[in-house]
Amino acid sequence: MYKYDSYDQAMVDARVEEFRDQARRRLEGKLTEDQFKPLRLMNGLYLQLHAYMLRVAIPYGTLDSRQMHALADIAEKYDRGYGHFTTRQNIQYNWIRLEEAADILADLAKVEMHAIQTSGNCIRNISSDHFAGAAADEVADPRPYAELLRQWSSFHPEFSYLPRKFKIAVIASDTDRAAMRLHDIGIQIVQNEAGELGAAFYVGGGMGRTPMIAPCINSFVPLDQLVTYSEACLRVYNRYGRRDNKYKARIKILVHELGAEEYTRQVEEEFAHLLDQGVEPPLAELERIKAYFEDPLFEAGTPETIDRSDPDFALWVDRNTVPHKEAGYVAAVISLKPVGGIPGDATAEQMRLMADLAKDYSFDELRVMHTQNVVLPHVRKADLHALWTALDEAGLGSPNLDTIEDIIACPGLDYCSLANARSIPIAQKISERFAETGKTATLGQLKLKISGCINACGHHHAGHIGILGVDRKGVENYQLLLGGSEAEDVSLAKITGPGFDENGIVDAVETVTSVYERERQDGERFLDTYRRIGMNPFKEALYG
Amino acid sequence: MAETLRYRDDEPVDHPAVTVDSFLDQSNASAVRIEPGDDARALLPHLERLALVEVNFPAFGDGRGYSSARILREAGYDGELRAVGDVLVDQLAYMRRCGFDAFEPDQQLDMDDVDAAFARWPEVYQTAADARTPIWAKRHA
Amino acid sequence: MRLLTGNDLKTGAVTWWTGSDWSIHVEDAADVTGGEDEIARREEAARRVNSPYAVDAEMHEGSPRPSHIKERVRALGPTVRPDLTLKPADPDIGNWVI
Repeated sequence: MYKYDSYDQAMVDARVEEFRDQARRRLEGKLTEDQFKPLRLMNGLYLQLHAYMLRVAIPYGTLDSRQMHALADIAEKYDRGYGHFTTRQNIQYNWIRLEEAADILADLAKVEMHAIQTSGNCIRNISSDHFAGAAADEVADPRPYAELLRQWSSFHPEFSYLPRKFKIAVIASDTDRAAMRLHDIGIQIVQNEAGELGAAFYVGGGMGRTPMIAPCINSFVPLDQLVTYSEACLRVYNRYGRRDNKYKARIKILVHELGAEEYTRQVEEEFAHLLDQGVEPPLAELERIKAYFEDPLFEAGTPETIDRSDPDFALWVDRNTVPHKEAGYVAAVISLKPVGGIPGDATAEQMRLMADLAKDYSFDELRVMHTQNVVLPHVRKADLHALWTALDEAGLGSPNLDTIEDIIACPGLDYCSLANARSIPIAQKISERFAETGKTATLGQLKLKISGCINACGHHHAGHIGILGVDRKGVENYQLLLGGSEAEDVSLAKITGPGFDENGIVDAVETVTSVYERERQDGERFLDTYRRIGMNPFKEALYG
Repeated sequence: MAETLRYRDDEPVDHPAVTVDSFLDQSNASAVRIEPGDDARALLPHLERLALVEVNFPAFGDGRGYSSARILREAGYDGELRAVGDVLVDQLAYMRRCGFDAFEPDQQLDMDDVDAAFARWPEVYQTAADARTPIWAKRHA
Repeated sequence: MRLLTGNDLKTGAVTWWTGSDWSIHVEDAADVTGGEDEIARREEAARRVNSPYAVDAEMHEGSPRPSHIKERVRALGPTVRPDLTLKPADPDIGNWVI
């Protein structure tokens, strides 16, 4: 994985000192809260429901054991012993003091980490495929491109006061594991007929209150124009994105209002101009970065067979391991979704265990998934039983990847000042209900996603089943949505009808899964059945 | 009125800046003020008669002026480029990178903080409108 | 009644105006009806509080209880982590919030 050189380290160190100075000026009264807010946000520091919250970047979700240990240490030293892994592959801490925030950033900088641009109206942490470098279907490892763009977007002098936040995802396979087309810019690294790599640009996707699927505006940008093309996309947005209405300020609204064709025309015009401006790093820089992402030294001839005599272990293998490009290896998913637990939360002890297991069994590498789980990307099949045993003892062995228990949930009203309703208790009740009835197993792949407000951090628009918490006259109420997908078969979920109360929504989820069980044909997932039979049978069952 | 910070050696222009519309109507104006919604490229045919461009920041969070500045510098404008309005110390370094060489803030800035802001960044990751060499170029020099 | 709340600038802790100072316990909060703007302005200028605002509340068993669920979650802590709330030992505290 990528390692900082002295330049990268100097930039992160300078940023820590800049923030230390800004926090001091705020505490001394030289900065008002209005002036300080965008500065602290660009260092990941929010003022949340109970305290300051710090969001730490995990670029493209990749980290090593030393970094995971540092995250555990921060949880204990500065917070309350735990952290929350997010849908942008980051981690956030909920009980931070402003007077200690710069010290945390300094601790992060010691392990080549930071909280730069994890919030604010700027280019955010760049996300990617959590199986990058392990997946058999990728044309290249997408992370070098994400790292190139990370450096370009960090401290960008022109694009730090954009109309609104800006999220980029980079993938390199036709299978989309990063919700690429629901980003402001989604980039897919592709191979053309001549065998050359290039980048397909999808611009103007997003969730939030106006969900949109990004259209492709250029199907093949050569790799030596990647930064320049991105710069053109951003400049058109910075100049013409709406600033009169916060809710219409994302690039998706600009692309929608101009039309994809006109937006593309403006980008191409800006791009032609910028090609002469020397903004593109040489391909040698991409090659330098790529060298950090070379395959680890996989062992040849490691056994393919797994002893499945322990049924609990066999179930975990079936559910939570994913085929690897290398014979004898798998990618193993550590579920942070124990039945009745808080999706994405991990204690400091659990983080340390995951770090140590990564060191022992996965070439010292971990990934954070946008589904709020953790991956050990390169595990020998021969090591799986030992790995599972250690995970299971620590409460990290839930065999539920991509099942109805593997729920994405935003922090909701338990932690978030924007939320209208709690998300976590709904996730807890649903996982408990389906674990109790034993239906989890029979339902197969079923992606359920819960947001506590219309901002959609819980990706409810992209859930096979989505739940949106709303405030109905001061009482929590939950709307049900069906038919969304964040994957390569991307679609936006549709609302079923009137909402439900806290217990009613759990019953409603059970009702729609019963319709699926009744109606499904061979091999169909919930989503496939919904697409075939449409909304009406579900509505009928819910509302009679 | 707060002090204007100037990082140029030439004499300041003493005539008032006019709006972009007035500037385009008059053939003798040499100073113009760009508002956030103005198209900086409208000035490009007239760069030879421009000695001062003011870019107004009515609110510091409106970042359109950063693009206006870079567009002018990319087109070869080398007169004074002055950021005016809600210009705060924590925005100065990025403004300088986008080509601003003068600052006329609404509120007086603390000069120690200003000096610290300009000295902050040991390196830069991108090409912009200043003369700084990006990190990637140093890596492959 | 109206309560004035905000966060401590240094620690971020949720605080309530008691009539003379700030407390992390909503039970200590005073009715500020009519005076909220002035107190908020003064206290924020003195940096004794960050981003203060007033909320509606009613008296409940002798103590103020904010009318909106969001403010009750703020006052207590996350309902899903009773151990981290201000009243970890009270088994019925969830009923006060919801």
